[in-house]
Amino acid sequence: MSDLLRRLPAIVGLVVALALPLLFNDFWLQTGLFAMAAVVGAIGLTLLVGVAGQLSLGHAFFAALGAYTYAWTVGEVGDRAAGLGLPAVLGIVLAGVVAAAAGALFSPISGRLRGIYLGLATVGLVFLARHLMVNLEAYTGGFNGRTVEPFSVPGFSFSNSDPDFLAVAGVEFGGLHRLWYLFLVVVLLAAWLGRNVKASRTGRALANVRDSEAAAAAMGIRVARAKATAFVISSAYAGVAGALMALAYGRIAPDLFGLQLSIDFLVMIVLGGLGSIAGAAAGAVFVVTLPLVLAQYSSELPFLATPGSGGLDAATLARLLYGAAILAVLLFLRGGLAGAARRLRHRRPPRDTGEPPPVAAPTAPTATPEPSLSHPSVPTRSKETTP
Amino acid sequence: MTYFLTQLANGLSYGLILGLIAVGFVIVFTSTGVLNFAHGSVLLTGAYLVAILHDPIGFWPAVVVGILGAALLGVLINAVLVRNLAEPNPGTAAILMLGVDILLLTELTRRIGNRVLPIGAPWGADVIAIGGVTLPTSRAIAAGVAVVVFALLWYLFARTDTGVAMRAAAADGDTASLMGIRLSRTGATGWALAGALAAIAGVLLASFPAPGVAPTLAISAFAAIPAWVLGGFDSVVGAIVGGLIIGVVTALAVGYEAELHVLGRGLGEVVPYAVMIIVLLVRPSGLFGRKEAVRV
Repeated sequence: MSDLLRRLPAIVGLVVALALPLLFNDFWLQTGLFAMAAVVGAIGLTLLVGVAGQLSLGHAFFAALGAYTYAWTVGEVGDRAAGLGLPAVLGIVLAGVVAAAAGALFSPISGRLRGIYLGLATVGLVFLARHLMVNLEAYTGGFNGRTVEPFSVPGFSFSNSDPDFLAVAGVEFGGLHRLWYLFLVVVLLAAWLGRNVKASRTGRALANVRDSEAAAAAMGIRVARAKATAFVISSAYAGVAGALMALAYGRIAPDLFGLQLSIDFLVMIVLGGLGSIAGAAAGAVFVVTLPLVLAQYSSELPFLATPGSGGLDAATLARLLYGAAILAVLLFLRGGLAGAARRLRHRRPPRDTGEPPPVAAPTAPTATPEPSLSHPSVPTRSKETTP
Repeated sequence: MTYFLTQLANGLSYGLILGLIAVGFVIVFTSTGVLNFAHGSVLLTGAYLVAILHDPIGFWPAVVVGILGAALLGVLINAVLVRNLAEPNPGTAAILMLGVDILLLTELTRRIGNRVLPIGAPWGADVIAIGGVTLPTSRAIAAGVAVVVFALLWYLFARTDTGVAMRAAAADGDTASLMGIRLSRTGATGWALAGALAAIAGVLLASFPAPGVAPTLAISAFAAIPAWVLGGFDSVVGAIVGGLIIGVVTALAVGYEAELHVLGRGLGEVVPYAVMIIVLLVRPSGLFGRKEAVRV
């Protein structure tokens, strides 16, 4: 396959993503913003869980840290739930830096515990985060949360004002449209960095640690440090994702960053396929979009009951579909969506029988026994050499 | 002093209930290697069965049905889902259990709605007072039940073939399997035991002073995770000790919240996890856990 053909899906995706704000109404734009914020966090978590093999349920803690760091540093100077009044760009960077620093502080635990043991230890962080968010009222606004200053660069605000009216191709570009492009840039940066981390010396070391700590140590990789590094990287991603969430919501409160958010992040990367950047993005879009879309269009679905009537309402249906999707992927779809896509791609050339290429059915059982392709893009053989 | 003793007694009885839940985590983990995030909803299922059945068939038969139902649910989760994972490893199994938890909890929440179902326990809202120290009767009974259950567990693991087989399978699955122990059977027993323990704990937790069975009951299983981790993942004794520590620390943090107000409101919710993180910093494998074999 030529290079251009291989990149075609990515290019088409990018063009579509650039054009969508011209077509979408506010509901879909808002949904897209939530989804893109989640994509950034999911990429960070897939580097930790998929590449380094470390489970984390503390992602919401770092997202909260990022969100509040952004809100606090960018917020206007004042007395209650005020801020430092720093430029917004700096706020996003600081969100990542502060979250990474917190992740580094956790390294005595994240470097020593392995796999699901770390997952359990990080559960504690979520409850710690809630306690801090509720009690540090001067910074967080306490239980009721605080508002978030819109993103802006000098002379241009990513909100409905300044410039008050901006139109491209006959479509008025309000705050949501402008944020869409900001988020898209961050998502692309996150994906590009994630890919490079995965393919770099660090990423290979992490994959090696995941497959065998003893072998990795024998290769000269410092295992504890590698695991702590993975945790720090993923924390930084979560911090930036938190800042984006804060921008998308416009108002943040402790309830947004509960254990459920951590679980959602994990589910995103599992549905997408552990260790796959594109898979994490697809999973994030699915997990974020499903409940919002069902709630929005519930009145048009005849079998849905109104909330509170005891019947099947939209929120319940979304939860059931969400749980069922997890089960279906884990039981039938080895390697998640990314694994399925990879199997389809690898199957096509030798079996060119003229029939149209199979359409990817996300939850269809693929029972074909194939050699384990769970992480073929991450070479398990380390290329670390001592000079 | 009596205030302190009252808090201590409450903490110990609560800790014993946490111990019941934490032992369930340990047994499932050692027998099948699964981190059972659905333990909370299994617990809620057991309590829910008791709550809806105690009126038509009486409290004690309802408890029996609840225990058997939760045990059966555990066995089914293991047989139908865990054993059919496409990529069986602890990480995917843990996430599978998150999915199971979401499904069970959504359905139970839909059934229960905004109601709080009374558990119908015969001991009601009585309180025992001994020399100024007061304890709800339900909590005293809970402590007694937990001690009896722990004694039965000790007997099971120390004196019966089934228990010895389970310990062998937990210590070294491959070798146990070569010795003729069926891992599928020890796994099923483990899940059944954990389900039964969860149902018992659910009934005890839903009794006075709690108002009854509500979906939030499932979250109480999460409070047992610090107890489990503190004890060291694979130790039944550790889980019980961990439960007691967490129970007492929580009760004291709640009881003396006024004195500890510098640490913020709602201290009781965060203290178990803070204790867990501090212990893990010093002993990464918990108080009673086996050291991870590979040292690098």
